[in-house]
Amino acid sequence: MTSYIIRRLLLMALTLVGMSIIIFIMLRLVPGNIADILFDSAGFIDPQEKALLEEELGLHLPLWKQYWDWIYGLVQGDLGFSYVSELPTVDELGPRIPITAKLAGLSLFFAVLIGLPLGVISAVKQNTWADYVVRIISLSGLSLPSFWLGLLILTAFVAWAGYIPIYTSAPETWYDELALLITPAIAVGFRASAIIMRLTRSSMLEVMRQDYVRTARSKGASENVINYKHALRNAILPVTTIIGIEAAFLIGGLIVTETVFNIPGVARFLVEAIQWRDYPIVQNLVMLIALIVVVVNLMVDLLYAVLDPRIRYS
Amino acid sequence: MTMLKAKTRLAMAAAMLAIPLGGALAMKDGGTLKIYHRGTPPSGSIHEEATNSTVSPYMGVFNNLVMFDQQVAQNSLESIVPDLATDWSWDESKTKLTFNLRSGVNWHDGKPFTAADVVCTWKQLLGDVPRKMKLRKNPRKSWYWNLKGVEASGDNQVSFALGQPQPAFLALLASGYSPVYPCHVDPKTMRTNPVGTGPFKFVELKQNEHVKFVKNENYWKPGKPHLDAIDWTIIRSRSTRVLAFIAGEFDMTYNTDVTVPLRKDVLQQKPDAICPLVPTNVSTNLIVNRDAPPFNDERIRRAMGLSLDRQAFVDIISEGNNFIGGAMLPPPGGVWGLPPEELATTQGYGDVAANREKARELMKQAGFGPDNRVKVTVSTRNIAIYRDPAVILIDHLKEIYIDAELKVIETSNWHATVAKKDYQVGLNLTGVGVDDPDVNFFENYACGSQRNYTGYCNKELQTLFEKQSSMADQEARKKLVWQIDQKLQEDVARPIIYHGNNATCWQPYVKGYVSMTNSVYNGWRLEDVWLDK
Repeated sequence: MTSYIIRRLLLMALTLVGMSIIIFIMLRLVPGNIADILFDSAGFIDPQEKALLEEELGLHLPLWKQYWDWIYGLVQGDLGFSYVSELPTVDELGPRIPITAKLAGLSLFFAVLIGLPLGVISAVKQNTWADYVVRIISLSGLSLPSFWLGLLILTAFVAWAGYIPIYTSAPETWYDELALLITPAIAVGFRASAIIMRLTRSSMLEVMRQDYVRTARSKGASENVINYKHALRNAILPVTTIIGIEAAFLIGGLIVTETVFNIPGVARFLVEAIQWRDYPIVQNLVMLIALIVVVVNLMVDLLYAVLDPRIRYS
Repeated sequence: MTMLKAKTRLAMAAAMLAIPLGGALAMKDGGTLKIYHRGTPPSGSIHEEATNSTVSPYMGVFNNLVMFDQQVAQNSLESIVPDLATDWSWDESKTKLTFNLRSGVNWHDGKPFTAADVVCTWKQLLGDVPRKMKLRKNPRKSWYWNLKGVEASGDNQVSFALGQPQPAFLALLASGYSPVYPCHVDPKTMRTNPVGTGPFKFVELKQNEHVKFVKNENYWKPGKPHLDAIDWTIIRSRSTRVLAFIAGEFDMTYNTDVTVPLRKDVLQQKPDAICPLVPTNVSTNLIVNRDAPPFNDERIRRAMGLSLDRQAFVDIISEGNNFIGGAMLPPPGGVWGLPPEELATTQGYGDVAANREKARELMKQAGFGPDNRVKVTVSTRNIAIYRDPAVILIDHLKEIYIDAELKVIETSNWHATVAKKDYQVGLNLTGVGVDDPDVNFFENYACGSQRNYTGYCNKELQTLFEKQSSMADQEARKKLVWQIDQKLQEDVARPIIYHGNNATCWQPYVKGYVSMTNSVYNGWRLEDVWLDK
């Protein structure tokens, strides 16, 4: 197990290096740089002033030097300055990361909380009205884009409650924050819950046709024991994989939801930073996301061994 | 259509009346004005930006030498009032403008304001400062083509020396784009932590979150400002922010953020909201790359100008509420625009069918026709207000044997694309800081101007630009401006399709705010605004 973890950690480091090269090159391939964009808000481009600005920001340096400077700084914990706000990258990202992390966590929690039990019910009550209702809910979750669902929720709030649950100032207490985040978490988590619901249902149906389930039933085990101890435990493995993948992909759903609910998290900030070609912000933030994805992947793989005793890593 | 125009005029009249009515009430001090903003301002330095994203929130941080009276809806030479200057005078030759300045005014950091600050500010704009103090961007360089120097006489007097008489120079100084900067603060600090003498002090800008200002307790105007603070909350999604205004989360919408269809929704859901439609002095126009064949052929450019059915644009985009005009904003909102009778005789306006017939003839002369159509791309910025008219433009061009495809350019790259002339035909929006030909002509049509995107240059007209600028008789000047405007349309310099007409909405308890009818850049000092609650 230890050697497996070491191997995976080495692979993680390699993945991150590859990722840093890819994101660095991709950003430079996108047309325009921060100087072009800063001039955009001035409505013109003066080549001389633009060259001065590029020099000031170090964009005139050869690409390999720019890459080296970034990685060297990163290793030393110096993430540079945002080109737009001219503030340290750490100060820009620091307060935003927890907001997105809480929203992502809450969305995932909601997705699992709803998706898993409804998936089990749908499988156990296959082809009954309960199954049909759950399948309709899951289909809706897959078909409704989260930004549209978010807007529908907001419109409904304004029309019926005369109130809009969006982020206009920093909440003062944890329950204020929870109240603010719960609606967007539902909007984002709904899609993920639909995926979990459908996968749990199909996985459960497959497992419930296995011999050991039939054996348990013939031994007189109760339906609850059969469903939750024998069937669900074995059906949960693919569901765990999908939860891991969804956790990584959640960032995509958060970008639009953070915009619609006006949440000042990193997901929306990342998109704006890309639009501004704010290289220090984008590069460091993408590296952080990449790190989270590889860590979550590792954790999911390790969790397999816990969930399925047959799996052994060597 | 006539009905809608009448409604628009009524709304404008209501906007003009709003303040005297509000002014009759007993003013209350205190409270925080909550406004939403459409996006993070690129910086806090008004002199470095050409967007109301910066000038609207930050105008209250500063003072000008003179300014447009914030209680008069239409900006003109007549509505200019003193600000940091107590009075001003022209010399005999009308080329030296001298201001006497207020004493006892302090910057927000406590340092005293003097004439040296005025000199520094305009030297920065002329680029006549050491590198450390140079503005990173200087978008209004073209405004000061006639400014030869600025000199202080002691701490309380400053003179501007001009190359030729320019009565409208005063209008340039009155714009929200012309604040006085402190000499002792460098440009970087002005971008991130601006210091002014104005009614509100900058507190903080958090990207994507908010820009906050608090009352300047030591403001030199007695009794002002009335508000304790102004909070601008940044909300990127237009649907969300308008819903938030309807829900009462905000006291005001962003500067002319509410389009004609949206305004209908707002008033339906919040009938007590005050939402006067006002001309924005932002025109939607056609830009043609004169260097890219076949558009180097003047006949094709003329044909394109003749293909436009402006009324169709206005009807589709704004339910008949936008305005048709030339380069200058037309009356009643604008001061200098072509009146309807002049517009009717301007080439490219009037009978659309006849114009298109002429256009087809020109295309045939240039070697194109039904069997030999021109294939082009129409480039535009990837924002609805650009994309929507571009689609209509493509439809109109089909009438004259031009098959166009839409190419949307990522919004932040638009000016880079235009500056590199990496387009054939483009659809552009142009905002004018001050409704005066000295701004619009020199910024957008003068030979070599940075913002003259098409590179149009007519030496004869350039002479006329300067001539109109020097004229003291404003009525005679107006006649010349009309001639110039007609010639610009005839030359297809940058054919104006329509002028925008949008609304700023506010809650009924917001008093003392006037929506300006001929610029979105000059009415956001907010020192007169108070909350009746």
